Amino acid sequence: MKVLVPIKRVVDYNVKIKVNNEQTAVDLNNVKMSMNPFCEIAVEEAIRLKETGAVSEVVVVSIGSSEVVEQLRTALALGADRAIHINSFEQLDSLDVAKVLKYVVEKESPDVVILGKQAIDSDNNQTGQMLGALTGMSQATFASKVFFQDGGLHVTREVDGGLQTLALKLPAIVTTDLRLNEPRYATLPNIMKAKRKPLESLDIADVGVTPHSSLTVIKVSPPTQRKAGIKVDNVAELIDKLKNEAKVIA
Amino acid sequence: MRTLVFAEHDNQHLKGETAKVVGAAQALNAPVDVLVAGYNLEAVVAEAKKLSYVERVLVADAAEYSAQLAENLALLVHSLSGEYSHVLAPATTTGKNFLPRVAALCDVPQLSDVIAIESSDTFVRPIYAGNAIATVQSSAIKHILTVRASAFDAIEHNGNADVVVIDSVFISENSSFISAELTESERPELTAASVVVSGGRGMQNGENFALLEGVADKLNGAIGASRAAVDAGFVPNDMQVGQTGKIIAPDLYIAVGISGAIQHLAGMKESKIIVAINKDEEAPIFQVADYGLVGDLFEILPELEKSL
Ligand SMILES: Cc1cc2nc3c(=O)[nH]c(=O)nc-3n(C[C@H](O)[C@H](O)[C@H](O)COP(=O)(O)OP(=O)(O)OC[C@H]3O[C@@H](n4cnc5c(N)ncnc54)[C@H](O)[C@@H]3O)c2cc1C
Ligand SMILES: Nc1ncnc2c1ncn2[C@@H]1O[C@H](COP(=O)(O)O)[C@@H](O)[C@H]1O
Repeated sequence: MKVLVPIKRVVDYNVKIKVNNEQTAVDLNNVKMSMNPFCEIAVEEAIRLKETGAVSEVVVVSIGSSEVVEQLRTALALGADRAIHINSFEQLDSLDVAKVLKYVVEKESPDVVILGKQAIDSDNNQTGQMLGALTGMSQATFASKVFFQDGGLHVTREVDGGLQTLALKLPAIVTTDLRLNEPRYATLPNIMKAKRKPLESLDIADVGVTPHSSLTVIKVSPPTQRKAGIKVDNVAELIDKLKNEAKVIA
Repeated sequence: MRTLVFAEHDNQHLKGETAKVVGAAQALNAPVDVLVAGYNLEAVVAEAKKLSYVERVLVADAAEYSAQLAENLALLVHSLSGEYSHVLAPATTTGKNFLPRVAALCDVPQLSDVIAIESSDTFVRPIYAGNAIATVQSSAIKHILTVRASAFDAIEHNGNADVVVIDSVFISENSSFISAELTESERPELTAASVVVSGGRGMQNGENFALLEGVADKLNGAIGASRAAVDAGFVPNDMQVGQTGKIIAPDLYIAVGISGAIQHLAGMKESKIIVAINKDEEAPIFQVADYGLVGDLFEILPELEKSL
């Protein structure tokens, strides 16, 4: 069985980002970039499925400028077998990403595609679901548990009310939630080995997708800052403030 | 122009998010229909009919919709979408799960987590965990949005909408429901409560959450948690507040033993009043707290419960 994992290069989750002076974009100059944390969880899950013997190959794919190769190499160092880089200079929306991934799915015929549930830059939470609609594949988003069962996949999902478990026919799409696993770190020998693993590069034009988002960002502004309030000395003072100043308790 | 709002419910009751999304839809200045899709929906439909401003309640009542599977809902909503310039669903796990499929079937992008509607084609949404706010204009033929319910006021409940029954049933053979483990609680729901008391890693274990319950009981509050508390198994996943958990804006949010990471702040910084209780006076949570109390939560919580 083959697993495909799409990964996105994003601002590292520890970075406190700033809006540029022109208020047109987030300032990404000299900012640390990393693999999207939910994609790290997706890569880890694919590798664990391979380690159980159920999966024979893990392929990772990323769409973006040549810089995304860095994150593809990281995924190879973690244990993926092969990488595909689809070169694109433009900022793609999730629908265009899903269209490119549809091409990759048709070419690679994976049994399972594991994506992150959301990219922490756009906070879109769309790509896996869109890929499901475009390919007609079954879908389980926000997964906290995944295993093969009865020729298909059983997935437990984190939903607002608790947990929900679904049975999916293959091929299936899964998007990862935080508690699916704890990703490993790449070891130095594996980082060295990853340099020799196959990495194929294509241009977005080769896959037949012309990005044309109908969305235009007309402004990016900083959020209204909350001001730090006051420190109270004890519980009595806190209750007094909540009752008489903030008037949020009776 | 006409707007379709997808109703959030549990087959028994309409959830509060629905009235807030209708409240958001008002800004589009177009007639609004509400779609209720599920199973054995009499009570939900009766509640939906009362939503002010709504012209029609479309009812798709079939066993296939009871678990709100994305494949089935997406086909249903796509089949209805022709008439609508805007399709809105709350940014709940249900809305996030199926609406992007509708967008892809309609070949238009989706805007997620909209917090303001500026005009029929211009929408505002947070990015980077709410550390930047993007205003986005769309030239798509149709606008598909998930709406952050906590950013809008609920519409009133004094309407009397017409009911339209949708007969066609869409079934996808690809996925099936096996089971659900839903958290039962007597407390108000996290996303609906006006007071929320949340615990973090500082709570040390699940049993200690009883200390928060004592305080929440006095305030008729809900209980929330940081990711660290959920990951450590203190409490279930549906209590996580933050960028990738629930996003809430209660009148009063009390953060106990929570450091205030940006991912946590993303879920609660729109609260009206924030109280932080933490033994580390440098904890970043104090930078957003209206009232900070530095000290040991194991001493403060029992005293707080007693004094309320
Ligand atoms: C992709 C991604 C998504 C994330 N999404 C979320 C999310 O949705 N929600 C979320 O919350 N986090 C999220 N996080 C995690 C986030 O970055 C932090 O790790 C997390 O919020 C920390 O939780 P905490 O504040 O409970 O723990 P800590 O940061 O460990 O803080 C514990 C606090 O308790 C205090 N404390 C300890 N003992 C006591 C005591 N006896 N009395 C008083 N105070 C005490 C300490 O001083 C400390 O400030 C996400 C992270 C990533 C990478
Ligand atoms: N440019 C990209 N290249 C590869 N995968 C992507 C890309 N953008 C998004 N994805 C995948 O889609 C997931 C969800 O992203 P989004 O829907 O944009 O929030 C990510 O975690 C990735 O798995």
